[in-house]
Amino acid sequence: MDMSKKKIETKNISWEYAAAPESSSHIQLKEKYDHFINGKFEKPSSGKYFDAINPATEKKIASVAEGSKKDIDKAVKAARNAYDSVWSVMPASERAKYLFRIARLIQEKAREFAVIESLDGGKPIRESRDIDIPLAAAHFFYYAGWADKLDYAFPNRKPKSIGVAGQIIPWNFPLLMAAWKIAPALACGNTVVLKPAETTSLTALKLAELIQESGLPEGVVNIVTGDGKVGAEIVGHEGIDKIAFTGSTDVGKLIQKTIAQTEKKVTLELGGKAANIVFEDAPIDQAIEGIVNGIYFNQGHVCCAGSRLFVQESIKDIFIKKLQDRIETLIVGDPMDKNTDVGAINSKNQWETIQGYIELGVKEGLDIFQSSCSLPKSGYFIKPTVFTGVAQSSKLAKEEIFGPVLAVQTFRTVDEVIEKANNTPYGLSAGVWTDKGSKIFNLTSRLRAGVVWANTYNKFDPTSPFGGYKESGFGREGGLHGLSAYLKFD
Amino acid sequence: MNLKKTITIPDFTKSPSVDQVGIIERSSRFQTRSIKNESKIQALKMVLNMIDLTTLEGKDTVGKVNQMCYKALHLHDDYPGLPTVAAVCVYPSMVAIAKEAVKGSGVKVASVSTAFPSGQAPFSTKIDDTKYALDQGADEIDMVISRGKYHQGEYNFVFDEIAKIKELCGAQARLKVILETGEIGTLDDVRRASDIAIYAGADFIKTSTGKIGSAASIPVTLTMLYAIKDYFIKTGIMVGMKPAGGISTSKLAIHYLVMVKEILGEAWLSNEWFRFGASSLANDVLLQLEKQRTGVYQSKDYISID
Amino acid sequence: MSERISVLKTYKIYIGGSFPRTESGRFYTPTNSKGKSLGNICLSSRKDFRNAVVAARKAFGDWSERTAYNRSQILYRMAEVLEGRKEQFIAELILQDSSAKQAEKEVTVAIDRLVYFAGWCDKYQQIFSSVNPVASSHFNFSAIEPSGVVAIVANQTYSLLGLVSYMAPIIAGGNTCVILASENKPLCSISFAEVLNSSDLPGGVVNILTGKRSELLNQMASHMDVNAMCYANHNWEELIQLKEGAVENLKRIKSYNYELLSSEIENPYLINDFQEVKTTWHPIEVIGAAKASY
Repeated sequence: MDMSKKKIETKNISWEYAAAPESSSHIQLKEKYDHFINGKFEKPSSGKYFDAINPATEKKIASVAEGSKKDIDKAVKAARNAYDSVWSVMPASERAKYLFRIARLIQEKAREFAVIESLDGGKPIRESRDIDIPLAAAHFFYYAGWADKLDYAFPNRKPKSIGVAGQIIPWNFPLLMAAWKIAPALACGNTVVLKPAETTSLTALKLAELIQESGLPEGVVNIVTGDGKVGAEIVGHEGIDKIAFTGSTDVGKLIQKTIAQTEKKVTLELGGKAANIVFEDAPIDQAIEGIVNGIYFNQGHVCCAGSRLFVQESIKDIFIKKLQDRIETLIVGDPMDKNTDVGAINSKNQWETIQGYIELGVKEGLDIFQSSCSLPKSGYFIKPTVFTGVAQSSKLAKEEIFGPVLAVQTFRTVDEVIEKANNTPYGLSAGVWTDKGSKIFNLTSRLRAGVVWANTYNKFDPTSPFGGYKESGFGREGGLHGLSAYLKFD
Repeated sequence: MNLKKTITIPDFTKSPSVDQVGIIERSSRFQTRSIKNESKIQALKMVLNMIDLTTLEGKDTVGKVNQMCYKALHLHDDYPGLPTVAAVCVYPSMVAIAKEAVKGSGVKVASVSTAFPSGQAPFSTKIDDTKYALDQGADEIDMVISRGKYHQGEYNFVFDEIAKIKELCGAQARLKVILETGEIGTLDDVRRASDIAIYAGADFIKTSTGKIGSAASIPVTLTMLYAIKDYFIKTGIMVGMKPAGGISTSKLAIHYLVMVKEILGEAWLSNEWFRFGASSLANDVLLQLEKQRTGVYQSKDYISID
Repeated sequence: MSERISVLKTYKIYIGGSFPRTESGRFYTPTNSKGKSLGNICLSSRKDFRNAVVAARKAFGDWSERTAYNRSQILYRMAEVLEGRKEQFIAELILQDSSAKQAEKEVTVAIDRLVYFAGWCDKYQQIFSSVNPVASSHFNFSAIEPSGVVAIVANQTYSLLGLVSYMAPIIAGGNTCVILASENKPLCSISFAEVLNSSDLPGGVVNILTGKRSELLNQMASHMDVNAMCYANHNWEELIQLKEGAVENLKRIKSYNYELLSSEIENPYLINDFQEVKTTWHPIEVIGAAKASY
């Protein structure tokens, strides 16, 4: 067919979005933060503090107490005391009301939390504002309602609280992970000692202030800050009945080993290397959104990130082209700008790790594509990156990078892609994109992963159980299934 | 760009599928973009320059059309340096009037045709309708597709009608093809109808007639932009986009621009490739521009209606 | 006329639906409390365990994808076959120090327990699954799936019941397993393998080894292709050993101390302990939803 369309000269138009910074003038941040023990802020027994750094500017934003064994001892004692004397004997419906109250307070202070989350962790304000903080509030609200209904969740079982839970959380979703841990633990009648990640302590400490404001009995929630050594003190502490950990698989194994000789209960939510699988009959443009959201959401600092893209060979070229075009439109930079899609890498350490993988990919001779965006001069930033032609045996396809780096492989048949997707020690999540219902169910039932997103990706909800198969950990967080981690049964 | 290259017509029954929830999620992302300061002023001026100022009523008169055309050229003379709108859009019977009224201004005259808005007329009538508008001097033809035939699965019929009208337009007029998405159904159908129109030779694809309840929306427009993008990737040929109806605020219009920029790129950000079919949008944009200029919130009393 | 010489049974192990001798060629000779030998019992090696895991892994796909109705019928069939061979098991139990009354009780409880778990095969999924009311336009459900290959250290006290009580919920849930039988009372385990072998159970779904815990526990705990472990004894030292060994592939370890003659073990939570929760999301198109009023 002869297409004689009228040729039109196109004008050379350039339209850039002006900076749209979120104001941080309304937030209240202290210069120095102490541990939160027994309802009060307490100076660290070591007298030492470490710096909370804004990864987008490399500037210090506050000092945070460095924990030690003595601090953990105090916190555990407070938690035990609160458990015995108040929390475990309080009517469950009253426990519920405290949790509802906390949920409401988070909603009221959502903007302040969002700003601090982005300042401290580097994630785009759009994400902390629209995802992290609302979900954290929703989590408290959801589990609040469970507190006095536990008997209905486990028929014939007489669920009972466990005691003191030691909770160690990562730096990728600081407040949200605190909510994931604290809300079900408290709903089930336990008290907690929580340690936030050392690079992202601030929103947990703001949560401590909020908990004080809520009037929650002293000692029910204790928060001790510090690095992995403090975490190890929690794991090894005799007064703790239950460990809940979210973080790397290596540390998860170490915890498992440490507590083998004890009767401590444990739930682990660890790493992942999720396959995101696109078939030729998929809704392609939405699949591209899902791939982008799957790997560049929160700079790829997501345990369930869709870091392995499997694209059916018949659509590979067009798919990669469109994916690249989409990546070009991502706005990378100042986390505080409302238009930023990809923010700062959480820490210098993590920046170096990710950079190491990128260099490895280049050295392996893989095809690399990076967004042509320019990066801010200071701060830890990495351009959204895609490696194509990656072999199943390459480190880039095997190891969790925890950054904005996508490894692309192609496949021909359904059986082949299922086998490749399952060919990993991890099993946290997976994605499937196809328009055909029976194919979706074939894949969703055969993929060995705890969360499977079909024609969507990286969706979270308090009612939806989350957690992994195999080396991605055990136990579930969220939903009815998330309760059993904090209960014991006759 | 080789315009003479042969293009294979795809099987329209196999148009790409669209996931509506995914489209809505993407749509909401455009709407969280925060456009401030100089970007906003630039955008508002772009919006004005992309408007097809429209009157399509049974009661249209020479007087009404003349008034609208004057407004098209003098949006708000109190604000120096404002652009004109892109075009005025009228029924075929008013083309000559409009043509005279905007003479020499660069503003185009668009005429609806092919038994607008229902398209329920014999094909010969549609041809006569279009020929008349062209004879009267129309620079652009806004045709409607046969939705009835589309729903009967007669995609070839729909295609052939568009191709024939395109042939009539020749070098004189650019062809906008109205899908009337509110009658077309799901986003899968919007995509298929877009593909049919594009491959049949549309210079623009347009959402709506403005004559039924359901008009342009961001999700529908996004679906159509993806069709344009795919065609461009395949052929290197640009096709324009015109959402029409329901876009009456500056904020929403700016979000359309964000969407066009992020899906198709800045090359589409001119009235050669993007139009708003709207009657009340212009005045809201003017209110916003005055607010930006003066720093004071404005009243409609200070902006002329026509 | 001389008395008839009875035919003695050779006890072998059960791997992949056949009855090989241990590849190691070794045996041990447990005795009852009166000092009477129970026979030459295979002293399974770490290689035997490895082979059994290979067989279990191979059988997993088919077994887990069978209809629940089919699994249910196979478990029920086991009960039928065991009922028919009751006398053989009673005799073996008496030889292993049970009184006649105790032996009778253990066998009948074992039969009834198989029937009990046979009935759960197509029901526990509905108890432990959920449709989750997420706050977005998605259909979201959590269903449970078998963990995979489970290593079972059978209860030492009950030669038959100590194996059946844990095997039944684990395979009812679609897992395959490798069982280390009671060390001192191994006879019923191999006879039970014969029951399995004539119950339409596919080869490899249940594999049974005899031998010494001291030799095999480490291997069972550390094997990277075993997904979970069931420890049915009350020995703290052994449990620690298993927990430490299980770290490398984060095996799920469950330990139990049920009184097996009582019905307290008869609950679906035991099935659920060897299941993984999988949550699936899919968008729901919302066209017209707001207007629907049915």
